[in-house]
Amino acid sequence: MRCLAVLFLLMASPVWAEDIVAGLSQDEISITANFDGSEILVFGAVSREAPAPEGPLGIIITVAGPDDVVLVRRKDRRFGIWVNTDTAEIDAAPAFYAVATNTPLNEILSATEDLRHSISIGRAIRAVDTRVDDQAAYTRALVRIRSAAGLYQLLEGAVELREETLFDTRIRLPANLVEGDYLTRIYLTRGRDVVAFHETSIAVRKVGLERMIYRLAHDRPLVYGIVALTIAIIAGWGASAAFQLLRR
Amino acid sequence: MQIYLPIAEVSVNAFLLLGLGGLVGILSGMFGVGGGFLMTPLLFFIGIPPAVAVATEANQIVASSFSGVLAHLRRRTVDLKMGTVLTIGGVVGAAAGVQVFALLTRLGQVDLLVRLCYVVFLGIIGALMFVESWRAIRRARNPQSATAPIRRQRGWVDSLPFKMRFRTSGLYISVIPPVAVGVFVGVLAAIMGVGGGFIMVPAMIYLLGMPTKVVVGTSLFQIIFVTGFATLMHATTNFTVDMVLAVLLLLGGVVGAQIGTRIGVRMKAEQLRILLALMVLAVCGRLALDLLLEPAELYSLGTGGGH
Repeated sequence: MRCLAVLFLLMASPVWAEDIVAGLSQDEISITANFDGSEILVFGAVSREAPAPEGPLGIIITVAGPDDVVLVRRKDRRFGIWVNTDTAEIDAAPAFYAVATNTPLNEILSATEDLRHSISIGRAIRAVDTRVDDQAAYTRALVRIRSAAGLYQLLEGAVELREETLFDTRIRLPANLVEGDYLTRIYLTRGRDVVAFHETSIAVRKVGLERMIYRLAHDRPLVYGIVALTIAIIAGWGASAAFQLLRR
Repeated sequence: MQIYLPIAEVSVNAFLLLGLGGLVGILSGMFGVGGGFLMTPLLFFIGIPPAVAVATEANQIVASSFSGVLAHLRRRTVDLKMGTVLTIGGVVGAAAGVQVFALLTRLGQVDLLVRLCYVVFLGIIGALMFVESWRAIRRARNPQSATAPIRRQRGWVDSLPFKMRFRTSGLYISVIPPVAVGVFVGVLAAIMGVGGGFIMVPAMIYLLGMPTKVVVGTSLFQIIFVTGFATLMHATTNFTVDMVLAVLLLLGGVVGAQIGTRIGVRMKAEQLRILLALMVLAVCGRLALDLLLEPAELYSLGTGGGH
């Protein structure tokens, strides 16, 4: 909502010193049976009506998967074994989040602007659960686990910027993606303030057999279960019949 | 070749799954066990979520036990009446087990429950089998110390009410013990993703006093219905049955079982059993270490909602 308001304000401002023209190598990703991750190329140019203003130019590209509620559990030793004891609820965390920049993030983005646009990984996660004492530790654990799985990526310096105009970056999407619309945002900053903003989305969908199986399992679980059993019984019968044939 | 599993939502190597199916198939062919108690922990080790591993394994067991029971039906070594009584108990147990499973999934304790069940049962079964086969090997070396075969004693089991006649087994006993055995195995099938043959076979021989020749066929008969029911329950309550995973494991398992049966014929029964016992203890030890040692990552993630 906040982003939309900002976008509206930005669009309403009459004069644009600099703006973004951008493209994506693909605007949809199909999860097929042999899906093994994907790489998207985000590219574009900075268009100017007037000579470039003062201050360092920053390009920040973020790709965010669908938000979801996440439960973070902590293990503790009870009766000699390690058991999940405490749980914290993270209200909304993106299933995937990558931030790519042309230079270190804090050099081109102020804390206020980060807060306003929710750009850094820490800001992209919304956690206001107050039931546990050290909520921050749980949020850090979430970032650590998802970073290790390649789901959260901070790619400082990964955006290639040529002549302060052309830019491009590659972002690797891992194999364990969830379905949804992945918002790709490009921010242009001058003097650590966001001056332009561009947003598109990539649709990540299961297709073909994968989609059929997934939908059947969730929409008609009883039918799915019966189909699974039928396959198992046919396979068992087939194995027995084949074994008999081999013996003869 | 990587393959994306639609329900588990992870990408794994298809040949690894075929290989695992084949390996467990060989072992189940060699030892005449279902293999669920080995397959489910192996699936945990390669990163399949435990809830999916348990539910999918139940589905796979339906196939392997169906294939087995056909052979036993041809040889008329299935006590259908006893099988039906055991199944009634099993279905009740599986229904309860799936509910417990769903409840603990919500509480975030399902991993612990499944692992604890495995450590306890694999530990007990492995140790018993090891001791028993060790004794058998020593008896084979000095035959004069052979003990008399144990006779089933008439005790509390015979004093229970609701007696029923089981012609194929030649028994006239109360239905309470078979139903109780069925319920217990049903709970295990739902929670551990196993057929439960390793519990049921000894229970049928020692507790119910069934003749050995009908025990395996009857237990397979019961396992089909109970794991089939558990599969349906998991599919409708937890949405955790992965068809693609099941088919891959099945293909490997079917081929492996045939190879295993041929290897098994050439080895001595005691040696086979001691090998199986060692393997069961190894899997148990690996799972126990996970519970006892401090994990590298103390935190884990779960999906939200429902609490």
